[in-house]
Amino acid sequence: MWQLIRANKRNSIFLMVLMAVVLLVLGYIIGAIFDPASGISVLHFVTGQKPRAIVTTNYAGLWGIAFAAAIWLVLTLISFSSGDQIFLAASKAKPVTHDVHPQLFNIVEEMKIAAGLPMPKVYIINDPAPNAFATGRKPETASVAVTAGLLGRLNRDELQGVIAHEMSHILHRDILFVTLAGIMLGSIVLLSQVFLRGMFYSSMGSSRRYSSGGKGGGQAQLVMLIIAIIVAILAPIMAYLLYYALSRKREYLADAGAARLTRYPEGLAGALEKIANDKSPQLATVNKVTAPMYIANPFKKKGQRKLSDLTSTHPPISERIRILRNMTHGASFKDYSDSYSNITKAKTVIPLTALTKEDIALRQASAEAKKKVRLEKQMHQVGDIMRRVNQFVFLTCLCGLKLKVPPNYKADKVTCPRCKRKLDIRKK
Amino acid sequence: MVALIIVAVVLVLLIVSLIGFYNALIRLRNQVDNAWSQIDVQLKRRHDLIPNLIETAKGYMKHERETFETITKARSQAMGAKTVSEASKAEGVLGEALSKFMLVVENYPDLKANQNFLSLQEELTSTENKIAFSRQSYNDQVLFFNNKTQVFPSNIVANMFNFSKRDFFEIEAPAEREVPKVSF
Repeated sequence: MWQLIRANKRNSIFLMVLMAVVLLVLGYIIGAIFDPASGISVLHFVTGQKPRAIVTTNYAGLWGIAFAAAIWLVLTLISFSSGDQIFLAASKAKPVTHDVHPQLFNIVEEMKIAAGLPMPKVYIINDPAPNAFATGRKPETASVAVTAGLLGRLNRDELQGVIAHEMSHILHRDILFVTLAGIMLGSIVLLSQVFLRGMFYSSMGSSRRYSSGGKGGGQAQLVMLIIAIIVAILAPIMAYLLYYALSRKREYLADAGAARLTRYPEGLAGALEKIANDKSPQLATVNKVTAPMYIANPFKKKGQRKLSDLTSTHPPISERIRILRNMTHGASFKDYSDSYSNITKAKTVIPLTALTKEDIALRQASAEAKKKVRLEKQMHQVGDIMRRVNQFVFLTCLCGLKLKVPPNYKADKVTCPRCKRKLDIRKK
Repeated sequence: MVALIIVAVVLVLLIVSLIGFYNALIRLRNQVDNAWSQIDVQLKRRHDLIPNLIETAKGYMKHERETFETITKARSQAMGAKTVSEASKAEGVLGEALSKFMLVVENYPDLKANQNFLSLQEELTSTENKIAFSRQSYNDQVLFFNNKTQVFPSNIVANMFNFSKRDFFEIEAPAEREVPKVSF
């Protein structure tokens, strides 16, 4: 297990360095174009002033680098000071305890023991779309959140599979990676946007400026400018593709980790199948950068197949299911890797150093999971749980009718719609 | 003079490596103890749940006295276990008795509809899972520790300070080992 964590850390650092180089090169080139020594800077584009001349000095690129680093620093500070809390608040996640949903809480505890991690905080999101995510850059401050739609549809084994997948993300330090890579990606996109927009507006203002350069330097300036524009257009695209590719790889790894922790790949496979076949509308609170944190891509399919595979944060769900179902010999990383090669005809997805020989036998389905529970009944129970979490008041009238009073109902009494009795609402 | 220095250096190196091996062994032994306490918590929880479970089920299952007696007996044996190997034997028997009980429950739809029983059942299922998962990590730690006490050169230090091998926590349920017999 530690080999995998170490390999993940190494890959993360490699990616960060690569993205940092792209960011700095971008900064340098942009700086070289907007030379502050000659009085042209990004500020001039914002204020719309006309530049006097373009003379590239050695300091110019350094200013660009400083500007790029400043953007990166600000974004880092913001997301490190309150990233998790912003994310949880934005998804309207409610913290829950053992009393609210004992099964969910128990399963998180089981997986925490299996993974040898501290207990994360548990959240439920009131959303019918089945999905789940984990946050927290350190295992000590991690949280796991699931939607009500997920709780309503999955049986115990499947829920365990999903939680194990999220626990694997925490264990593999994927959240730190997603955060850092997200910041870097954001900086690159922001910087190139500032540059391209700056170019666009300034060239509308003065067509004169490119010809007013030094006599010999004009040609070089133009070449430099074209290079800068190409880099500014390509850098964010490359950064996005790199980010997505690594995000997809981490999903496979988390699936492998989930199979290993639960020793029951069918649990996660069944859960993914239910998520894939779900017809409810897509998750209300999600955006493109936070998407890798979810167990399944929160965006419903659109666009062309090949292109969307390349720009997707998650591997195709059907492929993930087939890999998990193909693991018939055991639940170790080696077994997942073999199954992966078998299905995708590609080399392994797991870092070679983590592919040690392990003998982890598969377990049987739990007795509870075999039981047939009516979907409506399970959804109904989850609905009640959500109402409890949201401070609804539950009343039972003498005629047997059950009333659920929303918290924004202000009156002290409510009339039973069947027998017309007046009922007191006891507010806690 | 030179010989004296060499002897002194060798002596210092010996003592330093002795301390190193000793500390490593202590650390591993503490990890084993910690892993065991994780299992112990779950086993205690299992023992605590059983009386409640039986109390709730008794009202519905009039004709299953034998099942209840088996569980109660296995429980008191498990609670009286002193060593790890004793405990693993007794807990194995108890686990088997409980899973038999859970199969019998399927014949009592009224009991399965009881809210109190359902929540106890969930707690028991979860506790069984936790025992299984913490057993895995305990056995890993024991393997690590036992290897350290047996391989050269740390076995010398282990023998010197009486670091004895630890027992694995194996579930010794006879039914789990046997190949199921099929009769036509």
